[in-house]
Amino acid sequence: MIELGGLHSYLVVGAFLFCAGMACVLLKRNVIHMLMGIELIFNASAINFIAFDHFNSMELSGQLMSGQVMGLFVIVLAAAEAAVALALVLAMFQMIKTPNIDDMSKLKG
Amino acid sequence: MENNALLWIILFPLLSSIFIRLYGKGVGRKAVSLIACSSVGVSFVLAVYAVLAFASDHQVQVDHVFLWLRTDQLHTWFRLSLDSLSAVMICVITGVGTLIHVYSTGYMHHEKAFERYFAYLNLFMAMMLILVLADNFLLMFVGWEGVGLCSYLLIGFYYQDHKNADAGKKAFVVNRVGDFAFIVGLLSLFWALGTQAGVWSFDFAVIRDHISSISSVQILGLSAFTFISLMMFIGATGKSAQIPLYVWLPDAMAGPTPVSALIHAATMVTSGIYMICRLSFLFDAAPVTLEVISWIGGLTALFAATMALVQNDIKKVLAYSTVSQLGYMFLACGVGAYASGMFHVVTHAFFKALLFLGAGSVIHACSHEQDMRKMGGLRKSLPITFWIFVIGTLAISGMFPFAGFFSKDEILWQLWNHSKYLWFLAIFTAGLTSFYMFRCLFMTFWGECKLDASSKAALHESPPSMTIPLITLAVLSCVGGWVWWPGFMPLTQFFPHWLESSVIVRHPHGSHFAELLLTALSLLVALGSASMAYVFYVSNISLPQKCGAKCKALYKVFANLYYVDEIYEALFVRPCKSLSKSLSVFDQKYVDGFVNGMSKVLRLVVFIMGSIDRFIVDGLVHFFAYLTKTMGIWVQRIQNGHIQMYLAVLVTGVGFFIALYLGYFGL
Repeated sequence: MIELGGLHSYLVVGAFLFCAGMACVLLKRNVIHMLMGIELIFNASAINFIAFDHFNSMELSGQLMSGQVMGLFVIVLAAAEAAVALALVLAMFQMIKTPNIDDMSKLKG
Repeated sequence: MENNALLWIILFPLLSSIFIRLYGKGVGRKAVSLIACSSVGVSFVLAVYAVLAFASDHQVQVDHVFLWLRTDQLHTWFRLSLDSLSAVMICVITGVGTLIHVYSTGYMHHEKAFERYFAYLNLFMAMMLILVLADNFLLMFVGWEGVGLCSYLLIGFYYQDHKNADAGKKAFVVNRVGDFAFIVGLLSLFWALGTQAGVWSFDFAVIRDHISSISSVQILGLSAFTFISLMMFIGATGKSAQIPLYVWLPDAMAGPTPVSALIHAATMVTSGIYMICRLSFLFDAAPVTLEVISWIGGLTALFAATMALVQNDIKKVLAYSTVSQLGYMFLACGVGAYASGMFHVVTHAFFKALLFLGAGSVIHACSHEQDMRKMGGLRKSLPITFWIFVIGTLAISGMFPFAGFFSKDEILWQLWNHSKYLWFLAIFTAGLTSFYMFRCLFMTFWGECKLDASSKAALHESPPSMTIPLITLAVLSCVGGWVWWPGFMPLTQFFPHWLESSVIVRHPHGSHFAELLLTALSLLVALGSASMAYVFYVSNISLPQKCGAKCKALYKVFANLYYVDEIYEALFVRPCKSLSKSLSVFDQKYVDGFVNGMSKVLRLVVFIMGSIDRFIVDGLVHFFAYLTKTMGIWVQRIQNGHIQMYLAVLVTGVGFFIALYLGYFGL
C-alpha cells in the first residue's frame, strides 16, 4: 500500500493532476478549456519536481533545492505560456469567430 | 592592269534585277523602267569607259573579285578581264541592250508581268556580261548557263499558253545537249593539260600558254585538239543554233519580240562564236574541226535561208534568217577568219536587233498580228517603222554602204581564198537572204492592207520610247560596218587590228582586183534577188502561188522545215516519252509497291512496339503513380488539422512505449 505523507502519495496526486489535465486537453472542444488543462499538466510537473526535491535531498542530506527552483520556473513558464497562448487564442478568435478547436484546422496537410 | 570598274559593269544590271524581282510590284512601273534602263545604261557607260582605258594602252585589264575555288592544285578566281575581244562584246551587249531596254518600256507597256520581264532581262544582261568578261572557263560556264536560263525564262514568258512554255522547255533541253558536250570538252581539256603539263587550271591565259603540250594526247582515237574542239563546237551549236541543234531558235520566237531581238538575235546566240574566237588558238590547231565547223556553218546558212523563204510569220522569217546568219559566222570561223566572224557578230547585232525591233513595232501596231499575209501596205501608216525596216533589209542583204555589206563581203572574200565550194554556198545563201528579206519587206509594207477593220482602225505609229532606239539602231546599221573596209579601198581597217591582240587574224593574199570583182558580183546577186522579190511580191502577185504549185514537193519540204522537228520527235522525243512512261509504270508498280510493303511491315513492328510501350512500360509507371497516390490519400487522413487528434496519438504512443519499457524491465 501507499504510505500516506510519503513520496508516492505526492506522485499519485501529480499523476492524477496530469491525467486530468491531459484529459482536459484531449477531450475539451473549447480552446480556453484546453489551456486550463495545460495549466493542470504544468502543475502536475511542478508537484513532481518539488516532491522529488524534498525526498531526494533528505536522502542525500544535502540542501541543493534545485527541484524547488525548477518548480518556480514551471510557474513562471506557465504564466508566460498563458500570456502567449491567450494572445494566440484571441487572434484566432477574431479571425474565425468561434472558440471551437475543431474549426481551427487550417494547417492540415 | 587592275581595274575594279569591270565588276560594276556586271553588278549594276544584277542588282537591278534582284531589286526589281523583289520590290518591283511595290515601286510602280515608271520606277521599274527607270531602274532597269538606267542600270544597263550605267553599265554601258562604264563599259565604254573601260574600253577607252584599254584602247589608250592596250593592257589587258583584270579585276580580281575573289578567290572562288581553292584546292592544292587548282586556284580558280572569280576574275574578270577585258581584252580587245571582250571589249567588242561588252560594247555590243550593253549598247544594244540599253536600246532594247528602252524599247521594251514602250513595247511591254500593256503587259501585266512588266516587273518580271525587266527582272529577267536585267539578269540576262548580267549573265551575258559574265560570259564575255570571264577570264576562265568555269566562270564563263556560269554565264553560259545563266544566259540559257534567262532565255528559257523569257521564251516561256507568256507561260499561260502551253505552247509557249513548251517552246521554253525545248530551248532548254536542246541547249542542255550542247552544254553536255561543252562540259565534256572542257573537262577533257582540263584533264589533258593537267596530266601532260601538270597545269591544273581553267584560266584562258594559262591554257593558251600550255596548249602545245597536249598535242600528242589521243582521246577516243582522235587527237586531243580535235576531240576537245569538236566537243566545244557541239556546245556552240546548241547555244548558237546550228545544225543539228538549231531547232529551238525558231520556237524561241514565242517570247516577247524585244527578247527575240536581244537574246535570240543580237547577243546570246553569238556566244558560240565568241567562245570559238576566244579559243581560236585551240581551234586553229585542229584543222579537222575547222573543216567540220565550216561545212556545218555553210549548210546551216543555206538550209535556214531556204526555210525562211516560205515562212509567213514575220518573226519566223527573222528567226530563220538569224540561224542562217549565225551559220555565216561559223563559216567564217571555220576557215580561220575569226575576226571576220566576230565582225559579222557585231554588224548582225545591229541590223538584226533593228529588224526584230522593227517587226516588233509592226506587230505592236497591228494588234499583235504576226502573219505577213494579213499585213500589207503599212508604209503609209507606219512611216518611221517602214524606213527603219528598209535600212535593216538593205543592211542584211549586204547592200553598200550598210553594215552587212562589209562583214558579208569580208567573209565571202575569206571563203574565196579558202575553198570555192564554200564561197559558192555562201554567195547562194546571200542571194536567198536578199530574196526572203525583200519578200518580207514587200509583203509587210507594199500592196493592199489586209488587216481586219478593228485592227486597221487601231493602226498607229509606235511611241517615241520605241522609235528612238529604232532610229539609233538604224544609224548603227548604216555606219556600223565602217570599221573594216575592203582591202581595195584605201580606208580604215581598224577592226582586225583591234582584235589582233586576242584573236588570230588572217589577211587573205588575193589581189585587190579579184576582191573588187567578187564584191561587185555579190552586190549584183543581192540586187538581182531583191528585184526578183519585187517581181514576185509586188508587180506580179500571183507568181508565188504558181511557183509553189509547180514545185509542190520542194515547197512542202521547205514549209515543213525539212521535217527536222518530226524526225527529232520520232527519234528522240517519242522514245524518251515512252521510256519515261514505262519507267513511271515500273515506278508505280514495283518501286512504290516495295516501298508500300516496307511501310506495312514497319507499321506492324511499330504497332507491337507501341503496345509494349503502352501496356508494360506505361503500365509500370502508372502503377507506381497509383500506388503513391493511394498511399498519399490514406496517409493524408491522419493529418487532418485537429490538434487534439495529434495529441491523442502522441500520448498513446508515449504511453505505449512507457508500457513497453515497464513490461520489459519490470516495475
